[in-house]
Amino acid sequence: MRIEEHPILDFNRGKPITFTFDGQTVTSYENETVAVALHSAGIRILSRSQKQRPRGLYCAIGNCASCMMVVDGEANVKTCITLVQEGMEVKTQIGKGILA
Amino acid sequence: MIYTDLLVVGAGPAGLSAAAAAGTQGLDVLVLERSHQPGGQLVKQTHMFFGSKEQYAAYRGFEIADFLLDMIKMPNVKLQLNATALAAYDDGIWTAQVGEKYIKVKPRAVVVAAGANERNILFPGNDLPGVYGAGAVQTLMNQYGVRPAKRVVMLGAGNIGLIVSYQLLQAGVEVAAVVEASPNIGGYLVHASKLRRMGVPILTSHTVKRADGNETLESVTTWAIDEKWQGIPSTEVIWSADTLCIAVGLSPLCELLWQAGCKMVFVPELGGYVPYRDGNMATSIEGIYAAGDAAGVEEASVAMVGGKLAGLSAARYLGVDIPDESILDCHKQLEALRSGPAGAKIRAGLGKLTH
Ligand SMILES: Cc1cc2nc3c(=O)[nH]c(=O)nc-3n(C[C@H](O)[C@H](O)[C@H](O)COP(=O)(O)OP(=O)(O)OC[C@H]3O[C@@H](n4cnc5c(N)ncnc54)[C@H](O)[C@@H]3O)c2cc1C
Ligand code: FES
Repeated sequence: MRIEEHPILDFNRGKPITFTFDGQTVTSYENETVAVALHSAGIRILSRSQKQRPRGLYCAIGNCASCMMVVDGEANVKTCITLVQEGMEVKTQIGKGILA
Repeated sequence: MIYTDLLVVGAGPAGLSAAAAAGTQGLDVLVLERSHQPGGQLVKQTHMFFGSKEQYAAYRGFEIADFLLDMIKMPNVKLQLNATALAAYDDGIWTAQVGEKYIKVKPRAVVVAAGANERNILFPGNDLPGVYGAGAVQTLMNQYGVRPAKRVVMLGAGNIGLIVSYQLLQAGVEVAAVVEASPNIGGYLVHASKLRRMGVPILTSHTVKRADGNETLESVTTWAIDEKWQGIPSTEVIWSADTLCIAVGLSPLCELLWQAGCKMVFVPELGGYVPYRDGNMATSIEGIYAAGDAAGVEEASVAMVGGKLAGLSAARYLGVDIPDESILDCHKQLEALRSGPAGAKIRAGLGKLTH
């Protein structure tokens, strides 16, 4: 969910961008990261551990690797520092991921 | 291979200040920043700063980031975004990933200003989606305008925990409680009072026992702890919450300094392992400087002054004539920022940083 009114900040969102998450279409904006776009669409599970435990983001600035997903076929992409792009294919990562 | 006088790792307040100081002296500076947006933690800070005029008191963090970016606008300073510094090699070559490309840099001097890492603590369920670093939540709501949660429990009543709680309220998020293990509130009492006035309980001598939920966080169990920090049975309270924010402190991000062979010292008051450095931010390796949270976790005003000092020291090392007064002025500002009771812990930590 996006914040529309804030006492201090104005959010100038860029132009709309659509990408897919596990095949489902997600609408986002230019200059949003994949993790942020998914979160605002209510998607908090980004990957699953080797033991299938759900994983979400933790630091959101690229330090912890908790947000790694498969992006356009490439595994282990830190989605909290990867910007959305039109037509991007984002998938839940299971376990270690496979090198493309 | 890219040749430059000064390589700066990180474009937060420390790195930008270092780049501005060295750039003003006419040196060629390359700043590498991992994110697509420069400014480090400042871009998500919506509250006004304390301190004096030199440290932009009364401005908000994101405004200060813009001032610093203006200060590095010169032809001899290059800011490279989406650029992660990867490694430091024995022959003085540093490598980085820029977008999809791998680059090599041969600098004459380096300032490492990579910031810090948010810590987590151990409890069952601490890996559930919805258990987030407080900084992550601040990034979601203040940098991107995304409501991070409906109802939050905040662990940690230091400045970050208190400030982020207040900012959550501003963004229309309910804060169920702030939980703090120590018997005292660590952050400034002005911030704590604001929260209490808005009806948020701050529970000291309490911690999180566990986090539960089917796939994502649904509830947080807290309990009281005794003087030995052991949980007291039958004091449990279960809070329904979709987010648990962890604000239990930061650790310096100093892997690159380890790798470069800098002498490292364990100083809990500064966040863990920190590079040994002299009063002018020089590490034990000639030509390598550290500044900001990477040199020891403090706050943004110190990061700016320390960054400037590191930039000036590097310039002096590279043969530029830097008057003593400029260096002394930085020392004076740092001393003022670390004075008083709030700076006692930091002063104790710095006291341990000796050869
Ligand atoms: C959640 C949170 C809230 C805070 N709130 C306040 C506050 O209210 N008031 C206050 O004064 N201070 C606050 N601080 C502390 C303050 O923000 C920091 O002390 C200050 O930002 C430190 O500046 P820095 O330049 O050292 O690091 P940062 O601002 O963290 O900047 C470091 C930069 O380095 C980049 N980086 C890291 N590794 C690499 C790499 N390998 N290659 C390239 N780039 C890299 C990062 O992307 C980042 O942009 C807060 C900190 C956090 C984490
Ligand atoms: S959430 Fe930590 S690296 Fe992305």
